Amino acid sequence: MTIKATRRARTLPDFTTLILWGLGGISLLVILYRIFVVLTTQEELTATIWGFQLVNGLVLGGVYALIALGYTLVYGILFMINFAHGEVMMLGAYAGYFTLTYLNARGFMETNPILTLVITFVAGMLVSMLAGITLERVAYRPLRRAPRLVPLITAIGASIFLQNAALRIFGSKLRVYVKPSVIEGGFRLGESGIFVPRTGVLIFVTSILLMIGLYLLVQYTKLGKAMRAVAEDKDTAALMGIDVDRVIVQTFMLGSLLAGAAGVMLGFHNSQVNAFIGFIPGIKAFTAAVLGGIGNIPGAMFGGFFLGLAESLGPTALGIPSQYKDVIAFSLLVLVLIFRPTGLLGEVLSEKRA
Amino acid sequence: MLELKNVHTFYGHIHALKGISLTVEEGEIVTLIGSNGAGKTTTLRTISGLLAPREGEIWFEGQRIDGVSAHKITEMGIAHCPEGRKIFGRLTVRENLELGAFLRKDKDGIKQDFERVLDLFPRLRERLKQPGGTLSGGEQQMLAIGRALMSRPRILLLDEPSMGLAPILVQQIFDIIEEINAQGTTVLLVEQNARLALSIASRGYVLETGRIRLAGPAAELMDSEEVKAAYLGG
Repeated sequence: MTIKATRRARTLPDFTTLILWGLGGISLLVILYRIFVVLTTQEELTATIWGFQLVNGLVLGGVYALIALGYTLVYGILFMINFAHGEVMMLGAYAGYFTLTYLNARGFMETNPILTLVITFVAGMLVSMLAGITLERVAYRPLRRAPRLVPLITAIGASIFLQNAALRIFGSKLRVYVKPSVIEGGFRLGESGIFVPRTGVLIFVTSILLMIGLYLLVQYTKLGKAMRAVAEDKDTAALMGIDVDRVIVQTFMLGSLLAGAAGVMLGFHNSQVNAFIGFIPGIKAFTAAVLGGIGNIPGAMFGGFFLGLAESLGPTALGIPSQYKDVIAFSLLVLVLIFRPTGLLGEVLSEKRA
Repeated sequence: MLELKNVHTFYGHIHALKGISLTVEEGEIVTLIGSNGAGKTTTLRTISGLLAPREGEIWFEGQRIDGVSAHKITEMGIAHCPEGRKIFGRLTVRENLELGAFLRKDKDGIKQDFERVLDLFPRLRERLKQPGGTLSGGEQQMLAIGRALMSRPRILLLDEPSMGLAPILVQQIFDIIEEINAQGTTVLLVEQNARLALSIASRGYVLETGRIRLAGPAAELMDSEEVKAAYLGG
């Protein structure tokens, strides 16, 4: 099987592949031409606008990257897309909302704004973590030996279930995130006058810190090594004395912790939360994970920022309304899946799963 | 030390082991020989808990271990060096060795065993920072054995250590197996290279389609007409 497949890939690409590549090349040229035209004709595109979109892209990218890491961690170990991951994030966002509202009502936020932020993030992360663990235990573990399609469908089911459960429990009204005064407003960057919102700084810095933390954990701790071993070969990992089920739970924990933080960030970014906020960012983050090469941790970080920047800079560069940002995101997904299914950074997967 | 009593193992509906009984005493090298598909690897995978027997009992140092999960069996002192080496290719040589000692907490002891493994296999010392997947076949086999030793096992289950290696390397690996045994680790060795396996073992079992066909001291098996004809090339 494998030999046949590689041999086919080595010989001349077949007709449909050629056409696809041709179309891909043409669309790339059209896009580049369009960008060129926009850049040379539209005078009002000042550095301020570009800078603002750049900042926006980095902020969104940080959020996407955090969520994408959850997809990629779980995929790396179970070869399963946890489509309920966006809902795990949504629950974290709600937890953050309730914590903030409570602390605000008690007047604690007024006196201890920084501590309030910390508590909010911790609450969101913990609730998401609990949701992630429960999901693994209830919905995925019983299907560990089932064909790969089964847990995928279960994940979609769990996603719909969680959305509607949240709708039933928390109601359909919009809940507004109150912001501590320290992250209200923003400032202008030097001469250029690029506006940087304080919330954006908080989101960007926190996401970078969390990513560094995750990287260090995966590279240098015992748990990280165990995770990498389980991702490569579960049986052999068990022979080393690693409790594979426990490592899987811990992987869900880590991914969900990051999702919880992302949920609180989205809450601050959008200033509101409802039961469906997990869906679109969830799919976008999945796109980001695929962009970078799913199962690949640096890939997810790269994919998240790439997607965030493409979404915010893309409409400006192409001279189209920013409502088209979703079109850009999902077109990227389609293009990557056609031309580089292993992702922009991913070679790992193809060799392992071949 | 290790005893299998009438063990039956299935892969789905395939009846792979049809009543295997064998014993390994402390300090011995015991070998399981037999052709492809005889059930040698299945026997080892059943002992180490990767497969659960449907019938029969497995005892290790007075404890019943059939049905216990693999990571707990490793904790009891059984190390399994699997067929095809199964190195973690994306982890470095050092990380592979560290994972071998995953359950241990005695930092000094781990360090000692780390040095011992590197003394046994000096070539690994130069490659500590390399990903395991970049090693040659022989080096990977050394790493796999070294990794198994890092848990400081009471018994080492070795599956086809000679597979795919040049004859000179095979001899080297077998010398090291003897040395490991001399240092006090009991060895259960699965091999297709029956002559070589019997030359270092004290006793042997011949497996055929999931059953034990012959058993006895290695020297006797080596002289048996049946073994000669089927496994030693006449």
